[in-house]
Amino acid sequence: MDISRRSLIRAAAVAAVGSAATVIVPEEALADTAPPDESVGMLYDSTKCVGCKACMGACNEANNITPDTATSDGRAAMPIDLNEHALNIIKVYNDPASANHAYIKRQCMHCVDPACVSACMIGAMKKQANGVVTYDASRCVGCRYCEMGCPFNVPKFEWSKAVPKIVKCQLCIHRTSKGQLPACVEVCPPKAVIYGKRSDLLAEAHRRLQEHPERYIPKVYGEHEAGGTQVLYLAGVEFEKLGMPDYGDRPVPETVHNVQHTVYQGFALPMALYGVLAGITWRNRRQKQETPAEEKQP
Amino acid sequence: MKPYEEAQPIGGKILTPPFLVLAALAGLAGLLIVWRFAAGLGATTALNDGYPWGLWIAFDVVTGTSLACGGYAVALLVYILNRGKYQPLVRPALVTSALGYSIAGFSVLIDIGRPWLAWKLPFFWMWNTRSVLLEVALCIMAYTIVVWIELAPAFLQRAQTSSIPRLQHFSSRALPKVTKSLTWIIALALLLPTMHQSSLGSLMLLSGPRLHPLWNTPVLPLLFLISCIFVGFAAVVIESAISSRILSRKPETEMLARLGGVTVQVLALFLLIRLTDLIVRGQLAALFRFDLYSIMSLIEWALVIPAVFLLRSETRRRNLGNLFLAAMLLLLYGGIYRFDVYLVAFRPGAQWSYFPSVTEILVTVGLVAGEIAAYIALIKTFPILTGAAPTIAKPRPLAQGHYVSGD
Repeated sequence: MDISRRSLIRAAAVAAVGSAATVIVPEEALADTAPPDESVGMLYDSTKCVGCKACMGACNEANNITPDTATSDGRAAMPIDLNEHALNIIKVYNDPASANHAYIKRQCMHCVDPACVSACMIGAMKKQANGVVTYDASRCVGCRYCEMGCPFNVPKFEWSKAVPKIVKCQLCIHRTSKGQLPACVEVCPPKAVIYGKRSDLLAEAHRRLQEHPERYIPKVYGEHEAGGTQVLYLAGVEFEKLGMPDYGDRPVPETVHNVQHTVYQGFALPMALYGVLAGITWRNRRQKQETPAEEKQP
Repeated sequence: MKPYEEAQPIGGKILTPPFLVLAALAGLAGLLIVWRFAAGLGATTALNDGYPWGLWIAFDVVTGTSLACGGYAVALLVYILNRGKYQPLVRPALVTSALGYSIAGFSVLIDIGRPWLAWKLPFFWMWNTRSVLLEVALCIMAYTIVVWIELAPAFLQRAQTSSIPRLQHFSSRALPKVTKSLTWIIALALLLPTMHQSSLGSLMLLSGPRLHPLWNTPVLPLLFLISCIFVGFAAVVIESAISSRILSRKPETEMLARLGGVTVQVLALFLLIRLTDLIVRGQLAALFRFDLYSIMSLIEWALVIPAVFLLRSETRRRNLGNLFLAAMLLLLYGGIYRFDVYLVAFRPGAQWSYFPSVTEILVTVGLVAGEIAAYIALIKTFPILTGAAPTIAKPRPLAQGHYVSGD
């Protein structure tokens, strides 16, 4: 190759500016991820849940969603996972060694720093003042990047429809704003799931852990997981067995935020790079056009 | 020397039998797209809530735009590294870029569930500036427009020979102005791919927790950026070799061999980063676990090592056959690498699986066919290709064997 030293230096300068795009910046670049005081949430206690699934029916009714009867030939509401017909589901874990079993309720976790909100291009997914993550179809192009990002596999797409939306639990914000409880909380016979301010729920969870240490795994799931969630869990068996993922305690959007967003802060770096590229291009093109200019002029 | 002045329309009949076959494939895709909008994505694709992104995103957009980075990669070489001798490669590469990006943008509109709201994306008061996808979307939209503008001189030159006096007059007046102000467009066409090709890597960082550690690394954006450059070069080599063969023109072996030399340098940088990253993150052992992930990774290495071997020595890469083979290997390598990041490494949970439906595959095939057909039509109508490499004065002994009868 006959690349001169000068052109190498020039290339190196451009590469340096360009690859600054991937330099990891310190953590203060991260948005404030502490949940605000007015954050609301739910506390689900697996040891109290009797698996009646009343919450599932109540959820469909409150959100005006037809139940999933695909697995039962249209006879019973039997979703096998969260989907476009199920924003809330009770799953069961059977202990292979005994007849013991445990239930787990799944719905949106309402993360303190949600991946879906970070993903969403024009803010269809939005974190409200009380921390509830809501969805606004009028700003959704149906790209499904929220589904790619959510570590809990929560947002679901209406695959069966030609005019689809994303569906997910919005903590019954349409009910709580009128002073009602979320449908699943209201209907739960043993009060296995309760609604309130996140700080109160966290205190209640720790009170239960202290009062009945024999009953619980000594952990409030959601206190720190994925940077903290506003739906909190207590359980008598390991959370992994219940299908609750362990992705560490850092918010999911943190890496991408550190890598990407600081580079585009105020758009300064791309503008500078544009200036450099335009300058070099201008010089190189001028040189090339000048050389045989005499004979080429019309 | 004025850029592009040697480029000529190939001429000849456009509606040849191969063209009609390609057009038919594209037409079939068109019908399937109508069905997709009538019946919804669930009925027509294998996409599901575990794998919400499938073939159309992983291939048409993520892999397709890397193949379409020839225009970006060659422009870097010509305008930034000032390698004027590659100038004849610029226009054909730009045409592939313009078509590739247009197809990618079109695929996105088919893939997204609510494309009728996509018009809202450019309105900044709605922007979520934290969204990597927003940056990618806006950048790709902008680049698609910019790359067509970059080609404007080709269209204006053609219009100068038009039989319509007004068009002739307009293009004669516009051409010098456009050529002069093209610097700002070229710089934009260099900036935008730098941004969105790296961001295509950043996109999957949000899925990081569910991405297999063999691919999940904070340097994904850097790897994606570099991969689009060597894949872009490979695409230029292949496109140039094929068009010289089909159109019975002299292959630009000398220039392509030099380009191969640049490519292997870029490739070496990529592999160095990829390997160092695996070592630093302690994932080297995972390469030899012989599960699905390790096997896919080993396939990547098996494709790229022979390519390095073929391109590394100057004598080997001066043979057009070797060059072509190496470029094909690199195209496959770059494609599979990106495919792996977007589909194989993504682990939403054991209950989910995805394999593209027949509709998805036929739509992708049809779009690629349409792209090739459009390329043929463009090079026949507009001054895109240059006859030989005029800047290389040396005799071309190696090219001799590649003259095609009728040349």
